[in-house]
Amino acid sequence: MSADEETTVPRLAQGVRLKFDAARDGWVVLAPERIIVPEETALEILRKCDGERSLAAIIDELAADYDAPRDVIADDVRALMSELTAKGLLRP
Amino acid sequence: MSVAAGLGPPLAVLAELTHRCPLQCPYCSNPLELVGKERELATEAWKRVIDEAAALGVLQIHFSGGEPTVRRDLEDLIRHARAADLYTNLITSGIGVDEARIKSLADAGLDHIQLSIQDTEALSADRIAGTHNSLQKKLAVAGWIRAAGFPLTLNAVVHRQNLERLEAMIELAVELGAQRLEVAHVQYYGWALTNRAALMPSRAQLDRATEIVEQARKRLTGRLIIDYVVPDYYAQRPKACMGGWGRRFINITPEGRALPCHAAETIKTLQFDNVLDRSLAEIWNQSSAFTRFRGTDWMPDPCRSCDRREIDWGGCRCQALALAGDAELTDPACALSPSHDAMRAMAEVDAASSETKFTYRRLKARSAL
Repeated sequence: MSADEETTVPRLAQGVRLKFDAARDGWVVLAPERIIVPEETALEILRKCDGERSLAAIIDELAADYDAPRDVIADDVRALMSELTAKGLLRP
Repeated sequence: MSVAAGLGPPLAVLAELTHRCPLQCPYCSNPLELVGKERELATEAWKRVIDEAAALGVLQIHFSGGEPTVRRDLEDLIRHARAADLYTNLITSGIGVDEARIKSLADAGLDHIQLSIQDTEALSADRIAGTHNSLQKKLAVAGWIRAAGFPLTLNAVVHRQNLERLEAMIELAVELGAQRLEVAHVQYYGWALTNRAALMPSRAQLDRATEIVEQARKRLTGRLIIDYVVPDYYAQRPKACMGGWGRRFINITPEGRALPCHAAETIKTLQFDNVLDRSLAEIWNQSSAFTRFRGTDWMPDPCRSCDRREIDWGGCRCQALALAGDAELTDPACALSPSHDAMRAMAEVDAASSETKFTYRRLKARSAL
């Protein structure tokens, strides 16, 4: 991914909301006629897609959180994001 | 497993605000005996139900009908549901809805709209819906929905008399900027059961439709999500109807009866509680109707010993009643049911029928008992 693309600001798709579900004690993704319980890493990314953070910032934060090489994290984030986009949870 | 073990709260409430509707679709999921306006729950009762649902752990509320937009308090209910942190969905025909109403729904905080279409061919769409200029009106509504920033799901109920336009329906969903398309084969209860001979597709039509959907899904990945609901008449195994009886959903009728599924009232041996009489939590956890077919303990053989019993939860009780004559029997959609071959034969006879006439869904005056 080029530096230019890392300036994009990923957002949740229209109609998608994250909610902490007190009754079940966990985060859920609420989407049009779907309820998804995200896996831990997907949740971390979705929570950072707040319309403020750039892709670069998200990768930086995760690289710091996991104390892992930035390029490895960047690859993982890209792969997961394209999966989340295909599922309609992130804006294309 | 035991009946109660692992049972969480319901995920969603289907709030059927009214049975009033400008359309008369012959496959309507409402019961044959429709509820008139005078018996509909009042605004305050619905608000209490919404609060109880949120407290119980419900995450989504689907405002449905009939045509829910005929209720002038719809925005008020949406606001109330959003304040209770529920995800709000509107299931509408779009008929009678103008641009100002769409904006008003957006202002109320509505999360998502599902808009139905009957066909992509205008005259056929009108004939199916029993009305005039419906397609043209719906296309305008779809434009306003997108302009207001809503995500849009297009819903197409498919059957023998519109299935030839499935590819056009998919194209239309893309053109309208829909995020999702629901292609739902008619489910044969109530009105649809009455109209089965005019609606049932052939096996070849069904296979073709499935192929079209599979190809479109590949081609449109990331652009359009296609949900596909198959008809059970040609199936080998039943669907987990409503995700299992009393496991995920509560359907509330316009007069406040709480049902495990929208057709459950056809099972006359069950007693349904009204939300005016009992709390939603009590109904969910204790009512005889919700506990009657919950889990696996109620199951007869072959379900009881089947390794799919916690996948399909025994299929559909209403279909077992309608076709095998008893709600407690195995769903005839299952190849292991003694009624399975008869069901398949019925489908083949209906599919070969030249019947095109519909019995339209109409609100009839109920006798005052």
